[in-house]
Amino acid sequence: MSNKVIHAIYNDDDVLMNAVKQTRAAHHHIEEIYTPFPVHGLDKAMGLAPTRLAICAFIYGLVGLSIYTALMNFVMINDWPQDIGGKPSFSYIENMPAFVPIMFEGTVFFAAHLMVITFYMRSKLWPFKQAENPDVRTTDDHFLMEVGVHGNEEELISFFTKTGAVEVKVVEKH
Amino acid sequence: MYTFSSKLKTFSFILMALGVIGIAVGFLNAPKTIEDVEKLLADSHHHEASHSEKVAPHAADAHVVADTVKVAQIHSDSTHVGTNVVVDSTSKSSDTTMVTSAVVNDHNDNHDANADAHSHDDHKAHLEHVLHQLQNKPWAALYVACIFFMLISVGVLAFYAIQYAAQAGWSPILFRVMEGITSYLLPGSIIFFLLLVAAGLHFNHLFVWMDPAVLDKASVKYDKLIDLKSGYLNVPFFLGRAALFLIVWNLYRHFSRKNSIAQDNSTDNTFYKKNFKMSAAFLVFFIVSESIMSWDWIMSVDPHWYSTLFGWYVFASFFVSGITVIAMVTLYLKSKGYLEHVNTSHIHDLAKFMFGISIFWTYLWFSQFMLIWYSNIPEEVTYFVTRIEHYKLPFFGMLALNFIFPLLILINTDFKRLTWIVVMAGIVILFGHYIDFFNMIMPATVGDQWFIGIPEIGALMFFLGLFIFVVFTALTKAPLVPKGNPFIEESKHFHY
Repeated sequence: MSNKVIHAIYNDDDVLMNAVKQTRAAHHHIEEIYTPFPVHGLDKAMGLAPTRLAICAFIYGLVGLSIYTALMNFVMINDWPQDIGGKPSFSYIENMPAFVPIMFEGTVFFAAHLMVITFYMRSKLWPFKQAENPDVRTTDDHFLMEVGVHGNEEELISFFTKTGAVEVKVVEKH
Repeated sequence: MYTFSSKLKTFSFILMALGVIGIAVGFLNAPKTIEDVEKLLADSHHHEASHSEKVAPHAADAHVVADTVKVAQIHSDSTHVGTNVVVDSTSKSSDTTMVTSAVVNDHNDNHDANADAHSHDDHKAHLEHVLHQLQNKPWAALYVACIFFMLISVGVLAFYAIQYAAQAGWSPILFRVMEGITSYLLPGSIIFFLLLVAAGLHFNHLFVWMDPAVLDKASVKYDKLIDLKSGYLNVPFFLGRAALFLIVWNLYRHFSRKNSIAQDNSTDNTFYKKNFKMSAAFLVFFIVSESIMSWDWIMSVDPHWYSTLFGWYVFASFFVSGITVIAMVTLYLKSKGYLEHVNTSHIHDLAKFMFGISIFWTYLWFSQFMLIWYSNIPEEVTYFVTRIEHYKLPFFGMLALNFIFPLLILINTDFKRLTWIVVMAGIVILFGHYIDFFNMIMPATVGDQWFIGIPEIGALMFFLGLFIFVVFTALTKAPLVPKGNPFIEESKHFHY
């Protein structure tokens, strides 16, 4: 079986949104959509699952909080409880206000950085990565919807032309 | 148009009636003379074997004492707790001044001799101190509840002005709800002003600096620190400032409401523009008057203590309470089917504000606490020493109510759209901020004699009843959709 895909190119995000709705209604499977900027509501129209990055960030924050709490507890209370300027180093809670700025920053640091790294990993972004761009115009002013070809090719082409595509191409995908 | 449900009206009347009874009980039960206090204390001595613990922090109370004595007290508090216990167990009548003199006169040992010599006078002084605290109790309960509900409507007024000045597109659909809530400002501020006048006429001892004896050099109560502040802290100037602030706030409230209703039937945006300009001017006046207000009405119950970020701290406290009340009234009206254009996105936005300002409040609370705790300068730290010694549960409990609970429950986007979550979080936040005001007023006025009993709950019920009655009456006076507002269409279709 050939790996043919249809590239339907649009030049307006409203037209694209309508085309996505029609494509979904006609039960054609959308492989991917390339846009030059975020189109509000596109993920909902495509039926994509919501992101879980925020949940990750929350957990990373808890990890950061735990690490910095344990660090301060070990260094300042257990390992060498010096009297520094009369601060009570008998137990963690007694000296806690002094540790809060560090605990806070540690929480934010872990939540932010680990979430960003998670985002890079999940969206497969790194330096020297080969760009996956089917058409250079999609980074400027065109929107491209990629749909797999199953069944009648002619029918699909006429379907996408009717959705307002300015260009419909059948491409062999490797 | 909204019609005030008869059930809610009856409920508010019941609250007010029970509240009046509670307030009256509080005043009737307050001791009249030193003999009453002696009897009360004798009873409590029987009940509490470990009275010594209760006496020690008295030192930090610093009620009407001069500077040098105060520093000595703190000294005794932090380093000589053991001393206090010894003195108390021998004489059974330990008191602030006695311990102080014991420490000052005889640093190392032999307190008992000193203690005996001073014991009679000091016992009397102690009884008078407790008498004042117990007499303050019903007044302070009334004062806390009154200022709390009044400031909620002030917080809503500030939020309303910000929405106007920022030309917010999401909130105009809630303007009538906000206007309804701010209608409490007028009756609330009248009652509050009367309470301030009552304090000025010496009906109570809420404000130590109002006592003429502290300014009298011949008196034993003479307080140099307060005397030095008397250029600012004197009754006529104090009442004048209060009157000015309350009048200007009420004027803004009155005219913005009037313009908002006039805009409904207007063909152009003249009234909207007037309101926009007025809001911007009000916000400038508000932030100055709010800061001064917090020094006057709250910080001055502790006239020996000062904190520079106090105004912001008080503001955050009542601002988040005000936003919470907007959310809760909106949800109530929505559940009765009156606000058809309000959707979960509006609630989501309000809940985000509740979440964000709760964190902001915590930030200010912690900044104030941590800076003072860290440097531990005696004249500042007494404020927190009294609170941690006597108000441990309310002082740290409010942190759980106002920070940890909203942080964990309102961080979730889906939760912010659920009515029952927002209402539950709202109740916790409002209770937490009542406790916050309780913690600000009570330690300086009733000290370790505090209790959330009949006078406190009664005052809270009375003002809650009045608040419900006034707010929902005002809501019936105008259509709930401000149809002339230029942003109303955007607001109706707001979604997030």
